Amino acid sequence: MSVRSSELELQALMVAGLDGDANAYRALLVKLSAQLRAYFKGQLVHFNRGPVEAEDLVQEALMAMHTRRHTYDRAQLFTPWVYAIARYKFLDYLRRTKRSTKDAPIEDLPEMGIEDDSAHVESALDLEKLLGLIPLKARQAIQSVKLDGLSVAEAAAQTGMSESAVKVSVHRGLKFLASAMHKEMTHHEN
Amino acid sequence: MKTEQLIELLSTNLEPVRSERTGRALAWAIISGGAGAFGVMLLTVRLRPNVDGAPDIGFLVLKLLFLLSLIGSGAALLSRLIRPGQDGRRLFALVLLPFLAIGLAGVVRLAIARPAAWGSMILGTQWATCLFCIPLFAVVPFAVLIGALRKGAPTNLRSSGAVVGLVAGSLGAVAYAFYCPDDSLPFIALWYGGMVALCTLVGAIIGPRLLRW
Repeated sequence: MSVRSSELELQALMVAGLDGDANAYRALLVKLSAQLRAYFKGQLVHFNRGPVEAEDLVQEALMAMHTRRHTYDRAQLFTPWVYAIARYKFLDYLRRTKRSTKDAPIEDLPEMGIEDDSAHVESALDLEKLLGLIPLKARQAIQSVKLDGLSVAEAAAQTGMSESAVKVSVHRGLKFLASAMHKEMTHHEN
Repeated sequence: MKTEQLIELLSTNLEPVRSERTGRALAWAIISGGAGAFGVMLLTVRLRPNVDGAPDIGFLVLKLLFLLSLIGSGAALLSRLIRPGQDGRRLFALVLLPFLAIGLAGVVRLAIARPAAWGSMILGTQWATCLFCIPLFAVVPFAVLIGALRKGAPTNLRSSGAVVGLVAGSLGAVAYAFYCPDDSLPFIALWYGGMVALCTLVGAIIGPRLLRW
C-alpha cells in the first residue's frame, strides 16, 4: 500500500508497451490497477459503493486505456492521460447510475500515486459471459491469441485466416469486449 | 473476473502501436469531410459562374481567410481534445478572434455606408440560401469528424462536440463560398459567422450523445 510510482517510471513502461514490450506493459497495468483501485475506492466512498464496483471501474478503465492507447502522445506526461480517462469513466459511471456530482466532489487532481494492492477482489464482470456477447470471429481470435497464448502465426494457421486478418480480429474483438463491458456495467447498476 | 486475468489477457501477444495514427485520422477527416461538403455543393447549387472572374475574387479570398483560420484553430483544438489529459483551453480564445475581426469589419463597413444601402449589404441577394446551405454542407464533415473522434478518446464531450460543429460548419461555409453570389462584409459577418456559430451550438448539444465511449 501507498507505494508511489513515479511519472517517469510509468511513462517509460508505457512507451515500452506501445513499442510492443509485453513484460513492461504487464508491469505497467499492475501498477496502474493498484493506483486506479485507490482512486475509485476513494471516490466511491462518497456514494456508499464498495470494492466490487471499484473493481468494475478499474477493469473498465484498464480496458479503455488499452483500446485507446494510441491516443497517448509520448511527448506529453503520462499520469494526466491516465487520470483524465479514470475521471471520465467515473463521471460516466455516475451518469449511468443517475447520481449527481453534486452529491460529492469529484477531485480534479486526485492525489497521485497512491496504490491499493487488494487485487483479490473480483469484479462483477464475467469474462466468459462478455466473450459470449461479441461476434464469433472476434471471440475466436481473442480466445486463441489472448487467452490460449498462441502466436498470431499459429492462430492464423489454425483458423486458415491470414495473419493480418487475425490481428484485425483481435483488435476489433478487444473493442467489442470494451463496449460489452460498458453495457454489462450499465446493466448491473440499473 | 479478477483484474489479474484482464491484465494477462491485455498484455499477451501485445501489438505495437503508433501514436501518430490519432493526428492522421483527424487530418484525413478534415480533408475528406471538406471534399464531401464540396461535392454536396456541386450536386445542389453548383459553382458560382464567375468564380474565376477578377472582380469578385477578393471577396472569395476574404471568406476563405475567415473560414480557414477557424478550421486551423479548430483542428488544433481537436488534436488536443481527442487525447485525454491535454488541455486546449488557451486555444479557445484563438477561435474567437476571426469572429471578432469579421464582426468588427462588418460593423465598420455599415458605419461608413449610407443607411439606405444597409438592407442590401446585410441581406444580399441570397441570405436564405446561405442560411440553408451552410448547415446542409456541414452534415458530411460533421459525421466524418465525429467518426474520427470516436476512434480517439475525448474526455470533454461538450467542448469536443462544439469544436466538431465549428470545423464542420466552417468546411460547409467554405463549400458555400464557391457558390455564394453575395459580396459584402456585413453579409459575411452575419450569415457566415452566424451559421458557423449555429453549427457550433448544435455540435455542443448533440456531441455528448454521439461521442460517448
